[in-house]
Formats: sequence, structure tokens, C-alpha cells
Amino acid sequence: MNSRAIDVLVGVFMLLFFGAMFILAMKVSNLTSLTSSEGYTLVAKFENVGGLKPRASVAASGVKVGEVEAISYDPETFEASVTLSIDEAFADTFPTDTTASIYTAGLLGEQYIGLDPGAEIDMLQDTDEITLTQSAIVLERLIGQVLFSRSGGS
Amino acid sequence: MIDFLQRFGRAWIDRVGRLGRAALFLFHVLGALGSLLSRPSLLIRQLYASGVMTLSIVLVSGLFVGMVLALQAYNTLIDFGQENRVGTLVALTLVRELGPVVTGLLFAGRAGSAMTAEIGLMKATEQLSGLEMMAVDPYKRVFAPRFLAGFLALPMLAAMFSAVGVIGGHLIGVDVLGVDASAYWSQMQNATSFYSDVGNGLIKGLVFGFVVSWIAIFEGADCIPTSEGVSSATTRTVVYSSLAILGLDFLLTAVMF
Repeated sequence: MNSRAIDVLVGVFMLLFFGAMFILAMKVSNLTSLTSSEGYTLVAKFENVGGLKPRASVAASGVKVGEVEAISYDPETFEASVTLSIDEAFADTFPTDTTASIYTAGLLGEQYIGLDPGAEIDMLQDTDEITLTQSAIVLERLIGQVLFSRSGGS
Repeated sequence: MIDFLQRFGRAWIDRVGRLGRAALFLFHVLGALGSLLSRPSLLIRQLYASGVMTLSIVLVSGLFVGMVLALQAYNTLIDFGQENRVGTLVALTLVRELGPVVTGLLFAGRAGSAMTAEIGLMKATEQLSGLEMMAVDPYKRVFAPRFLAGFLALPMLAAMFSAVGVIGGHLIGVDVLGVDASAYWSQMQNATSFYSDVGNGLIKGLVFGFVVSWIAIFEGADCIPTSEGVSSATTRTVVYSSLAILGLDFLLTAVMF
């Protein structure tokens, strides 16, 4: 084995490594959506966010338009304040009376935020707040209500 | 009774002495790494011996591990109607655990044992003494390039193992079992983070590479210079490296995730 062949094979080895890292970065983990997050942010206040987590998706009509950037507790309004990061491509597309609701994908799936556009002419801008919100449905609370109304009715 | 205690004590003194020699040896090797900057061809030759030669076994086992994972995950998840998550399970298992660990075990068996046998034989045939006689420092000429090559090659091989495994999972999960292809990738991307999953897998690979190369080179340099001594040193390399990889993997996982 002469040294030129060894150099070439080691070069191929390095290329394979970079190829593998490229697959791991772009296909397996979503490094792309992290780098292309040059969108604008909206804030929505919810009474209860349930099991919503940062990086959960934000969808309009089921199409992903952004993701949840941060969730914090607002001690003045006693509500959860959720910061949404919306893709640049969807700037000036959501009217000011857009409703943000927390849905669950499937019965046991992850929670995500659904945006339902309203009819206003003015559009939501960067750092605007979505005022119309609908909290997550907490299953235990729902069961409690059903049981309560049953026993009340009889 | 006294005899027993004496033997027991002797064994422990030997063991502690070996540990001390191993640490001193490591410092010497690390100190000699700088000289590689002026002679990169030594490193390239060793990267070929430990990296390229291990490539085929790593790629083949990666493919099959990915395929088996997809099959098992599918059979379990189908009961819950969550077969779309096959991709998540395959990717997280490979990137976080199996990639670095299985690659480390294969590397210890394929490249680590070869390093020990080579250095042990150099010692047995007094080539190392010969180098010293010619005023060539064996730490710079023999040990440092092998150490650095093993340290770098293992995480690289682990990344390739994971990437090929994910493709193998796709082959079985999507092409054979009929999981939706876009669900396979998107669920995987949602669950896997580049820095905390892929990055930590790489760190594990670096740690394993460090430990395996250290053990392999030290066992070679510290062996009894006979054919028996070389063979038992080679066995020790594989056994100690495997144990070290599995033990360190537990520690690293406990710290990282």
C-alpha cells in the first residue's frame, strides 16, 4: 500500500464523516429550522397551557407556520405567557382578531398551538399580542365537569 | 493466613502500580502530541490503520442495528397505533447510545487489539529499544500518532454508524413495513436536537476514543515481551476497553440526559 493510496482513502474517510454529520444535522435533527428562524414573534396569554412545551409547533389550518419559543408565567395577570416564533414567510398574514388555541395531536399526542385567522383588515406585527386565546383542554378537569353535571342532574 | 494476606496485598500493589504507570504513560503521550504537527503523515497512516480499516465492519453493523431497531420498534408501537414514531425511537437510540457504544466495542475489538498486538510485538522484537538507540523517541514516533488517530477515528466512526443506522431504519420501517416516509423523518426531527443529542453522542465518542486508545497503547507498551505476554495483553485490551466503555457510558448518560 503506497502512501498516496493511503492519503486518498483517509480523505474518503473524512468525506464520509462529513456526509454522516450532514445527515445527522439536516435529516435526523432539525438544524435547518433553527438557523432559518428569522421570523417575527407573537405573544399569547393562556389561562392554562396544559402540557405545551417549548419547540412545539404552531400551525394554521394544520400547516406548520412556526414554533413555540418560550413559555413563562405572568405574575400580574396570573396567566401563562407563550412566545411564538412565526416564520418570515408568514409575515402580515394573520389578522389582529386571530384566535390561538392549544390542541392535542391525537388522543395521547403532543400539544401544539393552532391559529385560526379572523376577519380584521389590520395584521399582527412583530411582538404583538394575540388577545383571543383558548386554553388547553385538561382531561381531568373535563371528566370532573362531566361527573359533576351528571350528579347534579339526577 | 499471613501468606494469603501477603498475596492479596501484592496483587493490589501491582494493580495500583499499573494504574500509576498508565497515568504517567498518558502524560508522556499527551506531551508528545505536539510533535505530530510537524509530521502529519504519521497521523494519516494511523488514521488509515484504525479508521479506514474499521469502516466496513462499522457500516455493516450500523445498517443491521438500524434495521433491527426499526423492526422491534414497529412491532411494539403498532399496538398503540404509534408506528409513525419508529423514526424517533431509531434515531434517539442510535445517536444517544448505540452509535457511540457499539462503535466503541467494535473499535476496541478491531483496532484496539491490533494496536496492542503491534506495539507489543515491537517491544518483544526490541524494535522500541532500537528506536531509542537511534535517538528516535518512541512516544513521538509510535505512541502519539496511534493515540491521536484512535481518539479522532472513534467519534467519526460513531457518527457514520448512527447515520447508516437511520438509513437502515428507513429501509425496514418505510420501504418494507410501510410507515409514512415524511412521518418517519418529521417525527425524528421533532424529537432529536442537534446539540443535546447528536452533540452529546459525539462527546461520548470522543471520551470512548480517548479511553480505548489509551488502554490499547498502554497495554502494548506495558506487556511482558514474549508471545504469551503479547497475546494476554491483547485480550486485556479488549476486556478492559469494553468494560470501560460500558461503565463510562452509564456515567455519561447519567450526567448528560
